This record gives sequence, structure tokens and C-alpha cells, in this order.
Amino acid sequence: MLFSSKDKKVAALAESLEGVQGRSLWQDAWRRFLTHKAAVASLFVLGCLMLFSAFGQHLSPWDFEQIDWSALANIEEKGRPSIENGHYFGLDPVGRDLYQRTIQGSRISLMVGFMGAFVAVFIGTIYGAIAGYIGGRVDSIMMRTLEVLSAFPFMFLVIVLMAVFGRNVLLIFVAIGAVSWLSMARIVRGQTLSLKRKEYIEAAVAIGVKPFTIVIRHIVPNVLGVVIVYATLLVPEMILFESFISFLGLGVSEPHTSWGALISEGAGNMRTAPWTLIYPMAFLVVTLFCFNFLGDGLRDALDPKDR
Amino acid sequence: MSVMEPILNVEDLQVEFDIIPKNAWPWTRPLKLKAVNHISFELNAGETLGIVGESGCGKSTLARAIMGMVVSQQGKIVWLGEDLRTLPAKDLRDRRKSLQMVFQDPLASLTPRSTVGDIIAEPLKTHFPKMPANERKEKVKTMMVKVGLHPDQINRYPHEFSGGQCQRIGIARALVLEPKLIICDEPVSALDVSIQAQVINLLMRLQKEMGLSLIFIAHDLSVVKHISNRVMVLYLGNVMEIASSDELYTQPRHPYTQALISAVPIPDPEVEASKEHLLIEADLPSPINPPSGCVFRTRCPKAQAQCAEQMPELRNIQGTHRVACHFAKG
Repeated sequence: MLFSSKDKKVAALAESLEGVQGRSLWQDAWRRFLTHKAAVASLFVLGCLMLFSAFGQHLSPWDFEQIDWSALANIEEKGRPSIENGHYFGLDPVGRDLYQRTIQGSRISLMVGFMGAFVAVFIGTIYGAIAGYIGGRVDSIMMRTLEVLSAFPFMFLVIVLMAVFGRNVLLIFVAIGAVSWLSMARIVRGQTLSLKRKEYIEAAVAIGVKPFTIVIRHIVPNVLGVVIVYATLLVPEMILFESFISFLGLGVSEPHTSWGALISEGAGNMRTAPWTLIYPMAFLVVTLFCFNFLGDGLRDALDPKDR
Repeated sequence: MSVMEPILNVEDLQVEFDIIPKNAWPWTRPLKLKAVNHISFELNAGETLGIVGESGCGKSTLARAIMGMVVSQQGKIVWLGEDLRTLPAKDLRDRRKSLQMVFQDPLASLTPRSTVGDIIAEPLKTHFPKMPANERKEKVKTMMVKVGLHPDQINRYPHEFSGGQCQRIGIARALVLEPKLIICDEPVSALDVSIQAQVINLLMRLQKEMGLSLIFIAHDLSVVKHISNRVMVLYLGNVMEIASSDELYTQPRHPYTQALISAVPIPDPEVEASKEHLLIEADLPSPINPPSGCVFRTRCPKAQAQCAEQMPELRNIQGTHRVACHFAKG
């Protein structure tokens, strides 16, 4: 009697559980990610930063190209950060509002970062997965091509592009896109080589699935974990890279700017006007930290075995 | 026996792998590993052929070669009157509709990031891309019921199932296209004994219901005996003996088969202790450099000078009982 009533309860519970949606590996990973405090905080900060760079310009009366003539003569005194005159981050050495310029620079830098990562994920994943999956001679040719590309002196390419076509944001995207996917392709190829011998790939072959469909349906989703982690670490790398090019004076052209260009400018005036260095640098540092924490959290979440 | 045309006819099949020795120069000839060495057999509709042998004897390679997943160097694989080896890749993919496979590791053979429903539906999506989604879902659900899974579990992921359940999913995926032949590559080796029995009984039931032929690969002889009509014994890529299941177990003719069968444990300690064991000395020789003549002679208790010189033919000794040994008598 005791047991039968219990059995009924269990049976009723089982009835109510029918049609339960299983939790996918992605959902599992998301739950693990949420337990990683630094990563969640970083995600939040990055979200705020993106919103700020998208809409922050409406909070200030100034424009990023506009020169504040009233303060131009005496930047060291009148150009200090202040709430009253609307120059929240102060003025740059030629009298433009640093707050607006930082926001403008954030857009360029974040765009470069995401663009580089996106190109890397898109081209790198497909290229690497195809090379790894087909293997043999095709793999050799594809990987040798990649090695030739990565042996190419990249700075030289950027300088030539800038010299021939003039300074243009688009060219930076092209240049960064051209190199960012190389190491991604290598990583994905390595992963694919190990996945290729897995039984579920053999099962797909046995079913009669076409090779390209196998790559898209079975290989890509399974390398995506590694790819995402690597991509989050690639974003700050790309931002740094753009900063480096801008610092050398090869990046975006005036009046547009980026974090690297602002820092370069600020570094020249850091004795007289330290705020011109501090604000853009703070943005860059915070972003880099956040992306690294985010990558860390994602790695822990996506391959819990490697912890 | 009726004069039935066999659905699968493997003739003189040979599979070689190139082995590149360590630190070899790029121009040195790779060594040849003969994984499957001139194997011939046929399979009738509705029949189960068991394939047994030690690890590394070429069981899985033979299965993969029949499926066209491993390149074979020589021979014919005649499936329903067509030689699969000469078919172009596109047609070969199409023939897979009637020729499916169940794998050894139940969990590893299911894509970890897809739901069970998607996994079982994949053959349908591949071969009938125009089938409406709800019809496909219905088919998947019926198939799940057929293999003993709850259709409500359609949205779950492979890692949420036990090994036995995963193997049922693998079987459902193989059966959803209603094939004529399923090649089972050690489908129960990774499962524990009670689950093994469930899965084997499931396979036998489905075989009866759907009129399937099975090629059942295993290294567990008692499992093979239970399910097979005929059994083929492989050793180092060569067929040692083919016979009907009853005959092979009661009257093994080849010394290797005799040793294998005497090694099957009997679940009764007294009988087991009093039983005579035919032990085989030494290890499996390297398949890169197999012994001359009869490949089994290095470990054979009956080996004579003749065995090193001449490779024994696979010859009929009694009805369909075929043995590759010089000393087997009819």
C-alpha cells in the first residue's frame, strides 16, 4: 500500500514531465558561464561600453570636429575636464572635445575589433574545416598557401596600401581582415583533423551526407566552442593592432580618430595635458581586460573537461 | 537451400593501407598493411552473417570497405547487382539508402550538438529533402517507438541518454530509411551484458519485422552465436572458416576456430573448470609482415612444413562449410 501510493505519485510526476525539452550543450555552457563572475561582469561592462559608444554623443553639446575657440588659446587651463562647460573629458591640444572624440574613437576601434574577429571566424572556420576535412593534397595546398600569406610582411602591406590608396578606414578593415583569419584557420584545421575520425562523422558518411554538408552540419558546430573562445581573444588583439597602426600614424585619417590615434596624441602632451592620455587609455585598458576575462569565462564554460 | 540470388556478394576483396615508417625519407616506398586479404563471401536476403576474430584482424575494415568508407584496392562488392566499387561517389551516396551501419561506441556515433530528433531525421533529410517537416517528425517518432524509445524524448540530446539508449538511437537512425542491410560494427561491445541482450533482441525483432539482412561484427562468440545464421572467422585479414552457426560451434574444423570456441567462458564454474582449453601461444603476428603460407601457422598447434610454403585454399568440406586449412577433413 505504502509503495503503491508512492508509485502513483511518481507516475503522476512522470506524466507531467512528458515533452520535456532537453538541455543542449550550448545551454549547459551558458549556465556554466553565468557562474563565472568576472566574465559576466565583463560582458556587462562591454555591453555598457558599446551602448555608450553608440549613443553617448547625445549627452554632450559639442561635436567631435568642432573646435572650442574660447579655450584654444589656453588648453592647459581652460581645457581641463569639467562638467560646467560640457567638456567632460577635457579638450585635445587643438581644442576639440575629447569626450566626443573618445566616443568616435571607440566606434572605430570596436568596429575594427569585431570586424577582424568576424572575418576570422567566417573565413578561418570554413577554410580550416574544409582543408582539414578533405585532407591529403588539397589540405597541403591550402595550408601552404596560408603559410605563404602569413610569411608576408604584414606591416609592409599596410604601408603600401596606405601609400597607394590614401588613408582610409576601409583599408584598415581590408588589411586586418586579410591576416586575422590565418591563425584561426590553422586552429580550426587542427580541431577538424581530430574530429574527422570521430564516429559521428563516419556515421554521417555512412548515411550518405554530402561532404560539404558534413562540414557545415557536423564539423563547424563542434569546433565552434574553440572558435568562439579564440574570437573573443582576437577582438582585443585586433583593437591593439589598429591602435598600433594608428600610433604609427598610418591608421584612420583626421578628423576621424580611434583609441590608438588618441593615445598617440595624448602621449605627446601627457606632461601638460595628462587627461588627453588618461581617458582614451582607460577605455582601451578596460576593453582589453573585459575581453580577456570574457574569453576566460567562455573557455571554462565551453570545455569544462579542460579546466 | 533455395536458389536465391544473394543481395550482397563480396568477391576477392582486398584492402591495403600504406604505412609510412617513422623518420622515413619522402621517397621511400610506404609499407603495405593488408587489412583485408582476398575475402569473398555472399549474403542472402534476411540472413545474418556474423564476423568474428581478434582485435586487428580486419573485421571493421571489411565493414568499412563494404560501405565504401575505406578505399579497397581490388575485388568486387556486388550489391543488388551493382558493383559498389566502380560507382561514382554520387551514386554511392544514393545507394546508402539501402545499406546502413550501426557503430561500436553508442555515444560517440551521435553528433553531440544535435537533438535526437535531428539525428534520426538526418538520413531522411539527406535522401528525401522534399519531405514535409511534420511527416518527417512523424516518421522519426514511429521509429523511436519501434526501437523502444519514448517519442517524447525527441528534443533531448545524446549526452542525456544511457549507452543502451544511445545504441537504440543509432539503430533508429540506421533503420529510418528502411534499408535492406545493416552492418553492425561491434554494436554491443561497449554495453554491459544485460543491455547487450536487450539490444540484440531488439535487432533480431526488427530483423524479423522489416526483413533485414545483418552483418554482425563482434569479438564475443556467444553473442554472435545467438544472432547469426552463418559465421565467418577472420584472422589477420584472411578468412579461416565460414559455416552455418550451428555447425561452426559444434564442429569447428579450423584449429583457430577450435581455440576461439574453447576460450568462450561457460557460465558454470564446474563445467568451466573441467573443460579442456586449447591455448594459443604467442601474439598476433604483424600484419605488415605476415607469415608466409598459412597466416596462422606461427601459432597453430598442428603446423607442419607444408603450412609455411603453401597458403591453404578456402575449400568446401561439407555443404556450405568452408575451411582454409590443409588438414581439415570433410
